[in-house]
Amino acid sequence: MQDFLEFRSISKGYPGVQALSDVSFDVRKGAVHGLMGENGAGKSTLIRVLSGDQSADEGEIRINGEVQHYRSVRDAFHAGVIVIHQELQLVPELTVAENLWLGHFPGKGGVIDRRKLSGVVSEKLAEIGIDVDPTAKVASLSIGERQMVEIAKAVMLDARVIALDEPTSSLSSRESEILFALIDRLRANGTVILYVSHRLDEIFRLCDSLTVLRDGKLAAHHPEISKVTRDQIISEMVGREIANIWGWRGRSFGAERLRVENIAGPKLKVPLSFSVRRGEIVGFFGLIGAGRSEMARLVYGADTRSQGSVSVDGATVPADSPPKSIRAGIVLCPEDRKFDGIVQGRSIEENMTISSRRHFSPLGIINPKKESELADKFIAKLRVRTPSRHQDIVNLSGGNQQKVILGRWLSEEGVKVLIIDEPTRGIDVGAKSEIYEILYGLAEQGMAIVVISSELPEVMGIADRIIVMCEGRLAADLPRAEFDERLILAAALPDIKNSEDLPLSQVQ
Amino acid sequence: MTSLKRILLGEQGLVVIFAVAFVIVSLTVPNFLSERNMLGLLQSVVTIGIIACTMMFCLASRDFDLSVGSTVAFSGMVAVMASNASGSILLGLLAAALCGGVVGTINGVVIARFRINALITTLATMQIVRGFALIASDGRAVGINDPGFYQLALSRFLGIPTPIWVMGLFFIVFGFVLNRTVFGKNTLAIGGNPEASRLAGVDVARMRIWIFALQGIVCAVAGVLLASRITSGQPNAATGLELSVISACVLGGVSLAGGRAAMTGVIVGVLIMGIAENVMNLLNIQAFYQYVVRGLILLLAVLLDNLRSVAGRQRA
Repeated sequence: MQDFLEFRSISKGYPGVQALSDVSFDVRKGAVHGLMGENGAGKSTLIRVLSGDQSADEGEIRINGEVQHYRSVRDAFHAGVIVIHQELQLVPELTVAENLWLGHFPGKGGVIDRRKLSGVVSEKLAEIGIDVDPTAKVASLSIGERQMVEIAKAVMLDARVIALDEPTSSLSSRESEILFALIDRLRANGTVILYVSHRLDEIFRLCDSLTVLRDGKLAAHHPEISKVTRDQIISEMVGREIANIWGWRGRSFGAERLRVENIAGPKLKVPLSFSVRRGEIVGFFGLIGAGRSEMARLVYGADTRSQGSVSVDGATVPADSPPKSIRAGIVLCPEDRKFDGIVQGRSIEENMTISSRRHFSPLGIINPKKESELADKFIAKLRVRTPSRHQDIVNLSGGNQQKVILGRWLSEEGVKVLIIDEPTRGIDVGAKSEIYEILYGLAEQGMAIVVISSELPEVMGIADRIIVMCEGRLAADLPRAEFDERLILAAALPDIKNSEDLPLSQVQ
Repeated sequence: MTSLKRILLGEQGLVVIFAVAFVIVSLTVPNFLSERNMLGLLQSVVTIGIIACTMMFCLASRDFDLSVGSTVAFSGMVAVMASNASGSILLGLLAAALCGGVVGTINGVVIARFRINALITTLATMQIVRGFALIASDGRAVGINDPGFYQLALSRFLGIPTPIWVMGLFFIVFGFVLNRTVFGKNTLAIGGNPEASRLAGVDVARMRIWIFALQGIVCAVAGVLLASRITSGQPNAATGLELSVISACVLGGVSLAGGRAAMTGVIVGVLIMGIAENVMNLLNIQAFYQYVVRGLILLLAVLLDNLRSVAGRQRA
C-alpha cells in the first residue's frame, strides 16, 4: 500500500532546545503507527506540528502526496488531520450530539434542527460502534466515553489522519479495550492513526508500524512491528540497555510508622484501616475508581474526613489540614500533576520551596541565598534537567516536574510518610528508574512510603507489600513473596462474573 | 522593527513606554515639568497608589475587590467623626483602621470560607459600606474640628508632602513583601494554582482573608489622608476609585488570571494614570473626554499585555 502520511526532514527549534531535527518517516494508508520516545524526545512537538498548532522551521508534511501548507489548527482540520490530546476538548454542559455538531449546527436561520442533531449522531455512533447516548450531557460521561466522543467527532469531520496522544493514560483496562476495538475499526476504514504511548503492551497490541524518537532525532523506524522486540525498542528509546527498570532491592523494616484507622469520607464510604512500617514501600493497586486516590487525600487531609484517625510514630495527626499533616510528617505527591501539583507560571525554585521556605524565613522574610542553595541542591540531587532554577515549571517535561514535586517534600524537614499517587504517569522509562531509585533511597532512610499506581507491573516491581483496593474497600494485602499477577487482578476486579468475556491476561 | 518589538513586548516594555511618554509630555506640555506640577501630580495619585499596593496582592491571588472606594469614604468618615468626638486624632486613626480592617476581614471570610465569588461579595459590601458612610453622616460632609488633623496631608518633609512619603513607603514595603516574603510568594502561588498551593501546605483560605484584611486597613490609611486633604469626611468621596485602582494594576502588568504581579509595574501603572489626567488638566481638556481617554489607555494596556503573553508563549 502507498505511503499516505509523510514527514519530510521536519526540524523545529525553540530557544535553547532543538526539539526536532531532520525527522523523516512515512505511514501507510490504514495503518496504526506508534510513536514512542522518552519525554522530551520530540513526540509532542511533532504532534503539534502535525496538528498545525506550531509550524516547523524546516521540512514538510505530505498527505496523500500533497504537500501541506497549513498554518493553524483550523487549516489542519480542513486537511483532515485531527489530534486528540490528553486533555479532552469537549464542552461538558452540552450533550454528546451538540458537542459533535459544535461549530456547524444543522438547521436554518440559526434555529437548530433538533431531529437532525441527534439523528445523524446516532447513526454515526452506531456505524463506528460507540455505545453512548447522544442526548446525554458530556459532563455525565466517564473519561473513556468522552474520549470515544472525541474520536467520533474526528470521524464525523471526515478525518483522514487521527493522532492520539497517550489516550489510555486515564482509562481503565476495560475502557482501553473498548478504545482498541474502535481503533481497529477505524484502521479497517482506511484512517491513518498516529498513536503516541509509553505503554509497550499497547503498542504491540495495536500498531502496524512504529517510529522511535530520541533527543529530537529519529532513533528508529520499524515498518513492520512484528520484526522488533520490546528490549530493542526500550534500548532505542533510551540509547542504552535497561536490564531491569525496577531495580528493587531488599530492605529491613522498622517499627510501625503510619497508622490509619477506620478513615472514611464523602467519596469513601467504607472505613479503611492499614499501617506502614519504617522503610517499607506499600503499593496500592486497583482499577480506576477503586478509591485509592480518595484514600490518599483523606490520609493527607486534602479532603474532609467523616471519621477515623491517622497517626505517625504513635502521635495523632490533626484531620483535614494539609499544613498540619506536613508538620506531622505526612506529605502527598498528587495524582494529577498539572491541576494539583505544579504552580504554573512560577519558577522551579518557587515550586520546590513553596512549603519548606518557612524554615529559612524568620518573620516571614525569605533568605534568598538559602532558598537558591536549597533549590540548586535538589535540582542536582534529583537530576532535574533544566538550564536554571528560575525556569518556569511548565517548561519542564513530566518526569522533571515530578522530580520538582518530590524536591518540594525532600527539602521539607522531618518527612516521615511519603504518599505518592501515580509516581510515573506520563513519564519516560529513563526518568522512571530515577524516580524509583529516589523512593528506595528514602525508604532506606526510614521513611514509610505509599505508592499508588494503576500499572500492575510497576506496583509489583517496586513495592514491598501490595494492598489491593476494589470499589472503595481493601480487597487484599500481600507481602512481596506472595505477589501474583492473577491473584492481584482477581482481587481488583469488582465482579469476576461480569468479566468472563475478558480473559485476565488481557487486563493490563 | 524586531528589536523595537522585542523592547515593547519584553519584561520592561511598560517602563520603556512610560519613559518615552514622559519625555514627550515634558517637552510638549508647558508647565508639566515644574516642581509644583510634579508634586501636584504625585499628590493626585496618592489614594490610587496606596490602594494599588494591596489590590496587586488581591488580583495576584486571583481575587477581586470592588469595595475599596466605599471603604476609603467610610473609614475617612469614621476617622473624622471619632477624632471629633474623642478629641484625639490618634483614636480617630485607630478607629478608621479598625473599620477598614473589619470590612476587609468580612470580605475575606465570606469569599474564602463561604466560597462566594469575590466579584459578587465585594459588589455587595461596596454598597453596604457606602450606605454606612451615608447613614453615619446623614449624607452630609463632616468637618474636621482639630486643625492638627489637616497636618496629616499638609505637612511636608524635605519639601515633599507627607502623603507622597506615605505612598513611597508603601511602594517599598509592599514591593519587599511581594518579592521577599513567604506571604508574597504564597500569594503568587495561590494565583498560579490555588489547588496545588493548598496541597503543598499553603493555608489558602487564611491567606486570602489576610489579603482582604490588609486591603481594608490600607484603604483606611488612604481614607484618612484623603479626608485630611479635603478637610472633611465626605460620604461620597472616592466613588469609582475601585475601577481606577484595578486599571492601574492591570496597566502595570498584574494578571487578572492571577499569579503574575510586579511592584514596579504597578507604580508605573499608577503614574501613567496620573500623568494622563494631569496632562489633560494642563491642556484644559474637558472632564468628559477624560473618561474616554482613561478607558482607551486601559484597553491599550490590556492589548499590549495580551501581545506580550502571546510573544512569551512563542518564546517558551
